[in-house]
Amino acid sequence: MIVAGCDVGSLTTKAVILDNTKIISYALIKSSFNPDQSASEVMEKALKQAGLAMNDIRLCVGTGYGRERIPFVKKTVSEIACHAKGAYWLLPSARTIIDVGGQDCKAIRLDIKGNVIKFMTNDKCASGTGRFLEVMAKLLNLELEELGKLSSQARNAITLAATCTAWSQAEVIVHMNSNTSKADLAAGINDAMAARVSILVKAVALEKDVCMTGGVAKNIGVVAAMEKHLDVPIRRLRVDPQIIGALGAAVFAKEKMEGK
Amino acid sequence: MFVAGCDVGSLSAKAVIMKNGDILASHVIFSKPEPEESARAVMSGTLEKAGISIKDIAHCVGTGYGRNSIPFANAVESEIICHGRGARWLIPQVRMVIDIGGQDAKAIRLDDAGNVIRFAYNDRCASGTGRFLEIMAGAMGIRLEDMGNISLQAKNPVAISNQCVVFAETEIISLINAGKDLSDIVSGLHKAMAHRVAAMAKGIELEKAITMTGGVAKNRGMFSALEEALGTKIMSMDTDPQIIGALGAALTARQAVN
Repeated sequence: MIVAGCDVGSLTTKAVILDNTKIISYALIKSSFNPDQSASEVMEKALKQAGLAMNDIRLCVGTGYGRERIPFVKKTVSEIACHAKGAYWLLPSARTIIDVGGQDCKAIRLDIKGNVIKFMTNDKCASGTGRFLEVMAKLLNLELEELGKLSSQARNAITLAATCTAWSQAEVIVHMNSNTSKADLAAGINDAMAARVSILVKAVALEKDVCMTGGVAKNIGVVAAMEKHLDVPIRRLRVDPQIIGALGAAVFAKEKMEGK
Repeated sequence: MFVAGCDVGSLSAKAVIMKNGDILASHVIFSKPEPEESARAVMSGTLEKAGISIKDIAHCVGTGYGRNSIPFANAVESEIICHGRGARWLIPQVRMVIDIGGQDAKAIRLDDAGNVIRFAYNDRCASGTGRFLEIMAGAMGIRLEDMGNISLQAKNPVAISNQCVVFAETEIISLINAGKDLSDIVSGLHKAMAHRVAAMAKGIELEKAITMTGGVAKNRGMFSALEEALGTKIMSMDTDPQIIGALGAALTARQAVN
């Protein structure tokens, strides 16, 4: 049985096609201004990869901030539930999920059956969300993807005292003017980001196993700093962490069809 | 006898020279990279206006974030005390001072004798400080000092949903792209910021006689937005609200000499 999940986020839109227990394809695109268009485009891409047509999909579940505007979706589920579902499906030992997206951050606690028992969200302050890293990468004239790798080359990581993105930006500029290496800047930025996210995670009473989802989970510098701040290992997921919301949506679709 | 106060802030440096209990001269400059440099530059500008030299100053008190780097200061005093003291000297009945600077905001409550009894302070989050307006002016391509007048033409102020400076910047860019009127956006920004500052001030309980100091108090749109958010009139002062910290420092110097 083939089902799909589509996650329309503020910055990226993701789709996953699932055949029973196998992910047969997935796609990821930048979100456009129009959520319907983003959803259709990403789904077309995923279908093409799988060599399928829309009629082959028994059910598609939508999630993400633009979920109400996905034309081909009959059912929608919250992002929190989808991230929990997707992560638990991949890693049944997961009890804490940290999802850091482009404009928000969530810490989700699961029970042994994978039910959400507690969660905290920050979408009020850019600090501790992907947006913080985006602002900093732009300031350093780096691609967002480079920021994570650079961390490992740092010798003397800078310390950022401020929480606010606006103040941190000013702090980084001061360091840039004193010729601090980009690696030392990147490491300090990733560490500040991790420190901020850790506060939210501690607030849901973290429990092992811990895993990270969302685009920021691809930043190895942030992941390493999170392990340090939380003092627990972060379990790597076997698929792209950015598609976990869409995967969870697809798992919901499968369960719905199975009558669960 | 001449005394002076020098307030070295994050974005601007201010100095006031007093002669026998009256303001003789004042001067405001943009801060330079080094606080010491800012202090020297603003003081020489003030001395020039007063027509005297630094040797004529009997006592100088420093305040502001760079107060410990002022080479010619005889003593230092906190910004909170200086703003309270300066505002009260100008408006004796004042019991609450709301100071919005370039990188912070303060609400200060004074007792009948002018002593600080409580204060609230935000320098953690750029939203609710002058930096918020500065970034928004930059995003809209308008001058910070023009925001007040622009907002007075607003017909339907836009509700800004984001509090964070970074998110609000994106929000206003989409509002501009959606063809919203610039004055309606600016007015909406003032309301959003006023709401934030008012919440801080209400946290220490409002007094009846309130005044506003700091560079942001020069923005007429912001001034009335704050009145609306507080639900009460704000007493305006006939002196530049940006120099009140320096004035308070000069008053502190006068006390020291007397």
